[in-house]
Amino acid sequence: MTNHWIDIKNADAVLIIGSNAAEHHPVAFKWIMKAKDNGAALMHVDPKFSRTSARCDFHVPLRSGTDIAFLGGMLRYILEKELHHKEYVLNYTNASFIVGKDYAFEDGLFSGYDPKSRTYDRSKWAFEKGPDGAPLRDESLKHERCVFNLMKKHYDRYTLKTVSDVTGVSEQNLLRVYDTFCATGKPDKAGTILYALGWTQHTVGVQNIRTSALIQLLLGNIGIAGGGINALRGEPNVQGSTDHALLYHILPGYIALPQADWQTLEQFNKANTPVTALKNSANWWGNRPKYMASLLKGWYGDEATPENDFCYGLLPKGEKNEDYSYMYVMDKMYHGKMKGGFIFGVNPMNSFPHTNKMRKALDNLDWMVCSELHHSETSDNWQRPGVDPKACKTEVFLLPSAHRVEKAGTISNSGRWLQWFDKAVEPGGEARNFADIFVPLINRLRALYQAEGGVLPEALLKLNWPEKFDPEEWARRINGMFWADTKVGNKLYKRGQQVPAFGALQTDGSTSSLNWLYCGSYTEEEGNKSKRRDPSQTPMQARIGLFPNWSWCWPVNRRILYNRASVDVNGKPWNPDKTVIVWQDGKWVGDVPDGPWPPMSDPKGKLPFIMNTDGYAQLYGPGRLDGPFPEHYEPVETPLAAHPFSKQLRSPVYKFHTSDMDVFAKAADPRYPIVLTTYSMTEHWCGGGETRNVPNLLECEPQLYIEMSHELAKEKGIKNGDGVIVESARGRVEAIAMVTIRIRPFTVMGKTVHLVGMPFAYGWTTPKCGDSTNRLTVAAYDPNTTIPEAKACCVNIRKADKLTEIA
Amino acid sequence: MSKTFLIDTTRCTACRGCQLACKEWNDLPANETKQRGSHQNPPDLNPNNYKIVRFHEHLDADNNVVWNFFPDQCRHCLTPVCVDVADMVVPGAFIKDAATGAVLVTEKCAQIPEDALESIRNACPYDIPRYEPKSKRFTKCDMCVDRLRAGLVPMCVKTCPTGAMAFGERKEMLDLAQKRLAAARERFPKAHLADADSVSVIYLLAEEKEYYHQYASFM
Repeated sequence: MTNHWIDIKNADAVLIIGSNAAEHHPVAFKWIMKAKDNGAALMHVDPKFSRTSARCDFHVPLRSGTDIAFLGGMLRYILEKELHHKEYVLNYTNASFIVGKDYAFEDGLFSGYDPKSRTYDRSKWAFEKGPDGAPLRDESLKHERCVFNLMKKHYDRYTLKTVSDVTGVSEQNLLRVYDTFCATGKPDKAGTILYALGWTQHTVGVQNIRTSALIQLLLGNIGIAGGGINALRGEPNVQGSTDHALLYHILPGYIALPQADWQTLEQFNKANTPVTALKNSANWWGNRPKYMASLLKGWYGDEATPENDFCYGLLPKGEKNEDYSYMYVMDKMYHGKMKGGFIFGVNPMNSFPHTNKMRKALDNLDWMVCSELHHSETSDNWQRPGVDPKACKTEVFLLPSAHRVEKAGTISNSGRWLQWFDKAVEPGGEARNFADIFVPLINRLRALYQAEGGVLPEALLKLNWPEKFDPEEWARRINGMFWADTKVGNKLYKRGQQVPAFGALQTDGSTSSLNWLYCGSYTEEEGNKSKRRDPSQTPMQARIGLFPNWSWCWPVNRRILYNRASVDVNGKPWNPDKTVIVWQDGKWVGDVPDGPWPPMSDPKGKLPFIMNTDGYAQLYGPGRLDGPFPEHYEPVETPLAAHPFSKQLRSPVYKFHTSDMDVFAKAADPRYPIVLTTYSMTEHWCGGGETRNVPNLLECEPQLYIEMSHELAKEKGIKNGDGVIVESARGRVEAIAMVTIRIRPFTVMGKTVHLVGMPFAYGWTTPKCGDSTNRLTVAAYDPNTTIPEAKACCVNIRKADKLTEIA
Repeated sequence: MSKTFLIDTTRCTACRGCQLACKEWNDLPANETKQRGSHQNPPDLNPNNYKIVRFHEHLDADNNVVWNFFPDQCRHCLTPVCVDVADMVVPGAFIKDAATGAVLVTEKCAQIPEDALESIRNACPYDIPRYEPKSKRFTKCDMCVDRLRAGLVPMCVKTCPTGAMAFGERKEMLDLAQKRLAAARERFPKAHLADADSVSVIYLLAEEKEYYHQYASFM
């Protein structure tokens, strides 16, 4: 989230799109209700009318996979009616930047496309630069190649009619959302966008979110109270695990994974330290070498010295253009290129798309270690229905895992708050928490390397590694400490003492931090700030529900990111009733500002978007792999043979695999005419691996269902409660029909398109409840993140003569 | 002074936290249920569920979808008919707790002859009590009197995250109900308080009772 949960109450308009907030965040939903109590308009845009829609002012059904078309129409609406926040757009976004002559967009393709490699040469999208290397700007916004005009041209095609034709949303409903939300373009109004996996799990997932950035920047809704783009994070600890690099392409604190081209730390730093020619740009990532050196120091301690590149050479390096995401891992496994592995904290044999391929892939392992609360579809894959256990060669080790109430430590919530949780009870039986499995395992490996040697033993032996896991000690290490006596300001810190904030991190090895973003969370002065539960606040903070002394949030306890954009160039808030920060008597008051500099009008002032090299927010974003402006493409499996935006039916750069099992329905495939979207629900948690073992939850939602319209049910001769067979090009799933008015047929390009929805919480290890919905879903991926398109594929349905998975 | 619940259905998200919390607090076992084409599960009140959330969907006059949620439970009537009817069979089988106004079932239920069970059950205008033959007890919400005596609010109220459920002294709740009603009427002209004068569990309904549940209100 750019903002935080409580802040939603400050919004004048709440647009929930790509999220089912009430069902998946039932407790936090109270802040959305608070916004409503304060007079905000609540809108839900989603394929299905859900419990979220029931509490909103109105629901707008949208065909799954058409969010960019929907929002592109809103962009056109804003630009056509000039509803944007003009001062904000001019001063804080790159609207005035002039794009180079090589940029072009023609019939769905940006310039620089290579059809053979399915990639773009992004250098074609660069900005025009002056002799000093600074991007050229036209503050009059008249230049035909300035971002503002290119954007206008790009979205000119997104007319009400075209958008309505593609999305299946009536023009009247489009206008209802556009009118209501775009009213927040006024300086003293705020609109928030809440999204979740409904946006990310598409082949255009990243661009879905980029589109919301364009809207929120045009309306001046970033940095202000009640604004922002807010990812509703699901499973704790999604935010924390992302920050700490659970993902494959980064190191903790959003530092790039070292690549084979960067063999030395100097090469790494050169490639990863942006330089700006703009004097008023803070270019915060210019500090990256300090964070990288401190991370290495945290990992290797006294073994890390300036002379040995802080052990940078010991880190594994990624091969260029190699994708290490889980879907690629599974494809390797399918092709027999992996021998064994650890599967922790995920149940891929239920939750990954194209589960039939996943299950076969897992059979190819010689050994597998799982850590689980219960037997799962993954731990027990070797004895799944229809498979002879004796034929499976995999040796499976199932380690009993502690439940989250059985361990202490921190969880980072959606609003980036770091909150400490105490252990409620000791783990049952032999169960251990993850760290109590992992720390001794590494120690065992260290002992083996010590005794027997091997390839590159230093990578483990030089680690600054503890004998035993202590969550408090790791919280200290994550914050970071001094490795030499150091003076910060007037204060002398001794070796071993905590670093007070990331401003004090250094490149010379005198500091460590396992994640620079969390530096400041555990200090000498205030101890473990994740334990703070002090509700005190100033009257200004009280007006917007800002609690600076309750827990701690990254970065440096800044509760609303980009908050320097909530004020004009003189430091005066756009909305004085909901001040986030204000420049008063020569200093900032309110939230922790995005940097200490004076307002922009001061010669020492800096641009507010400090994480961007040139300090301006990017309406035009040349960094993504699929284009600088979001463009509508159909999902990989689509009921349409063509769409009116361009001849490019699908994303030209989405990723996919080519094994014998990776099959797709063709466009407008008559065999699979129905759109399927998948989701979770309140009563079960994600894939249900835990909650299906809680009898009271299973009582509420016992079996797999498929929600469908009365019209479709009638067409197929299906009655409410009937057993149904659902088929895609990849699999077949049984479900119980839930015939409802909450799903209605769409009229798309003049034709009726049916959509059905299914939860993915059920798996065969729970008797009679059904099995993985993901046997239907598609293994096609966003080019930037490789997230699979679990939210849209094509299926057919028929009434079942008998059911074998559900009883 | 008697206690009163206010259940504002215009704030309910049917998260079923109340339904589950009630089971947990009362240590009630799970029923084996099936998906029958509805989210409402278990389908009805039963000896293992003193409270269930009922779901009802329909289209309004403008063809908009309306999905209503109704967390159903004993209304703890100010003049409970069930107590009167049960008293005619076995005095003290149903009682009204003077301190809280809670309507409670007692172990004397075991003495109720089988042929009288149906008449007692039917006495309830809200179709609440269920009979459990093994323990020979009627089962239903007891207002969490054990928690009340310990100075705590009922478990369902404690659990509700959106402010749909409130609990307190009757006067205080009636005042709150009027305030909430005024707010709800801005959007739902037919909003009303169901049987407010005769029950201790007052529902704020956005429209007619048939769009919630057959027994949502008596009047």
